Amino acid sequence: MKYEPVIGLEVHAQLLTKTKIFCGCSAKFGSAPNNNTCPICLGMPGVLPVMNKKVVEYTIKMAVATHCRINKNNNFARKNYFYPDLPKGYQISQYAYPLAEGGYVDVEINGAKKRIGITRIHMEEDAGKLIHDENNPSSYVDLNRAGVPLIEIVSEPDMRSPEEGIGYLRRLHEILVYLEICDGNMEEGSFRCDANISLRPKGEDEFGIRTELKNMNSFRNVQRALQYEIKRQQYVLESGGKVIQETRLWDDSQGVTHSMRGKEEAHDYRYFPDPDLVPLMISEEWIKEVEKTLPELPLRKRERFVREYGIPPYDAGVLTASRDLADFYEKTVKY
Amino acid sequence: MELNQLTIHELKEKLKEGKTTSVEITESVFKRIEDVEDKVHSFITLMKDSAFDEAEKADKAIREENNIGLLTGIPVAVKDLLCTKGVKTTCGSHILENFVPPYDATVVKKLKEAGAVIVGKTNMDEFAMGSSTETSYFGITKNPWDLGKIPGGSSGGSAAAVVADECIASIGSDTGGSIRQPAALCGVVGLKPTYGRVSRFGLVAFASSLDQIGPFSKDVEDCATMMNVIAGYDPNESTSVSADVPDYTRYISKDIEGWTVGIPREYFIEGIDSEVLDAVEGAIEEVKRMGGKTVEISLPHTEYCVATYYVIAPSEASSNLARYDGVRYGFRSQDGRDLLDMYKTSRSAGFGAEVKRRIMIGTHALSSGYYDAYYKKASQVRALIRNDFDEAFKRCDVILTPATPTPAFNIGEKMDDPLQMYLCDIFTLSANLAGIPGISIPCGYTNSGLPIGLQLLAKHFEEGKLIQMASAYEKSSKIEKRRPDL
Repeated sequence: MKYEPVIGLEVHAQLLTKTKIFCGCSAKFGSAPNNNTCPICLGMPGVLPVMNKKVVEYTIKMAVATHCRINKNNNFARKNYFYPDLPKGYQISQYAYPLAEGGYVDVEINGAKKRIGITRIHMEEDAGKLIHDENNPSSYVDLNRAGVPLIEIVSEPDMRSPEEGIGYLRRLHEILVYLEICDGNMEEGSFRCDANISLRPKGEDEFGIRTELKNMNSFRNVQRALQYEIKRQQYVLESGGKVIQETRLWDDSQGVTHSMRGKEEAHDYRYFPDPDLVPLMISEEWIKEVEKTLPELPLRKRERFVREYGIPPYDAGVLTASRDLADFYEKTVKY
Repeated sequence: MELNQLTIHELKEKLKEGKTTSVEITESVFKRIEDVEDKVHSFITLMKDSAFDEAEKADKAIREENNIGLLTGIPVAVKDLLCTKGVKTTCGSHILENFVPPYDATVVKKLKEAGAVIVGKTNMDEFAMGSSTETSYFGITKNPWDLGKIPGGSSGGSAAAVVADECIASIGSDTGGSIRQPAALCGVVGLKPTYGRVSRFGLVAFASSLDQIGPFSKDVEDCATMMNVIAGYDPNESTSVSADVPDYTRYISKDIEGWTVGIPREYFIEGIDSEVLDAVEGAIEEVKRMGGKTVEISLPHTEYCVATYYVIAPSEASSNLARYDGVRYGFRSQDGRDLLDMYKTSRSAGFGAEVKRRIMIGTHALSSGYYDAYYKKASQVRALIRNDFDEAFKRCDVILTPATPTPAFNIGEKMDDPLQMYLCDIFTLSANLAGIPGISIPCGYTNSGLPIGLQLLAKHFEEGKLIQMASAYEKSSKIEKRRPDL
């Protein structure tokens, strides 16, 4: 039997704001451990969050750039779980009312255009980081990253191959960097991707049972993990087995995925509206104002370069891969 | 009269006229604490050294007539649920036994800016969960009127300290009656402001959508002064409201001629202690003598208040208390074999029974498959309860009810019966659910000499009306000023 993969991607992008999402601490990467912290992002008793307006503005930018519908009435929810890198025992996120829904990104795979749907984009706070001592049975907690603003971009299960997945990721990455709202550094974790993947017999409408893949910190690893997981699931199905719904971790050195936790061990996050934050209203004027600040986006720039300068689409792609290079080209052309 | 027995306004007068000093007042307060604290146990932590520093600073300010605040030189106590920089803040819990906050709560900052002398941190039910101050890890606070009885709770220490003259006024917090109920049982004035009126920043959260900080005082005028100090918008708190704060003292000594006072029939139920009922009915008669009209009103969803509260409050608490995990501060059990075990053993040993009960109730109510039936439904009922008050206030200026169904009960009487304990707050919960302000003021004594409290409720941000009516009633009713014999 021929199988077709069904892939959906969840991208977490750190926003390039000066300060964290709910306090005035620096959101910069690379400071000495726990230097960028205060009672608020340390989750001390009695502290309260205050929303960073820039985070909303940046998220609106991304929503507009990906053709999303922006919810005028937003709220924040608490996602409850225990982990030492999560100081409050809950993550402030958006649940029932995300900032943006129903958008898309157009990608080109081997010359063919394909539209990938975006289910939602929501704002949330990042967690800290654990550093495990290699010689001692101790772990250290660095909370510099706790409270750094993130947006989570959830795609529709619209991708049918690892190549489409990577194509979509590259487009998202490009847009975020063009908008100057994320530095896109995958190694430092400012652009992270989890993948949901299932197989179904070709021609079938119903989705198969999916697994969620985590821990892929480069485009290449996303591609390798997806390729591996397709083979693994295919093997399971072809040998008469059933794929188990579970979360699997990508092991870069071995080139395989390992089961991390099953459906039964899945968290019940007990989401509920965060009573410490008031509903966030986004006015039409605010959206319009943000829209005006949007630069020409890569896809449009690419098409314009082809049209205006009469260069091949491939060259236009190379020249518009970064905003700086495209600007340099345009300035040079004028001479 | 000793200095520690006087009110804020009496002491301010004396300080202004140079008849006493803040150091003298503070001395008399600490002398009193030395004499009676063993019996009453109002405090978890005393701050004697810093108090005398602050008193000296206050005297200097008064001498130089420079930088004199609303509370300059006045000794006040603060519930141990508000963070105090450099001073242990335990929340009455083993899990925070040694927690020293690196920052001051906004209200503590405001007290300091107003020149107050902070005497210490008062005892309370663990994480404010209780109505008797019996769930504190640091021992029980006794009711100064009868040491065999509870002072109410959760702000029992703050109420007892005021009536025992161990401070001049104090700060408490009220999530379901935790200011008004102990104020009633101890015979002092206690005000729960409108949700959003006083900043919660630095108040260790129990139930975030219900918690509100407010004052305890010896009379209504002092209550107004305390409100002038603590009320107002705080940019550090998203739910704090920027509405103008009036000078609350201008509501003192005014009449209530022509006011309509609503008497909700649902609050005069079977089971109210007959002496409480007599005292409250006496207050209703007094209102008429003062030129007020009374009108019977209905708050039809009253019977759902307790159930609604005991879904919403524990749900929020279950999430708010997740941060006490033994990782960064507070108690960590040394018995944990791995991460999960460290959480389990630390939290099992760190929290008391009532806190654990509420964490479990709340965790269940929020869990997948139950959320709609519990938390969501409770939020919907809460909107109906709020609506009841909106409708009622179309017909009256203030609402008058008993503050509690009974006077102070015996220590240990309700500890084994959580439901009976929860019913102590039956008349006070609704104001938290609706977000409206409420005040409890003394309206008499039982034959055995226990105080009885009267509750007044008003529309959002109408604390002024509560103060006006409470002040008028205080003046007109001439409820005998007694002091507990300690």
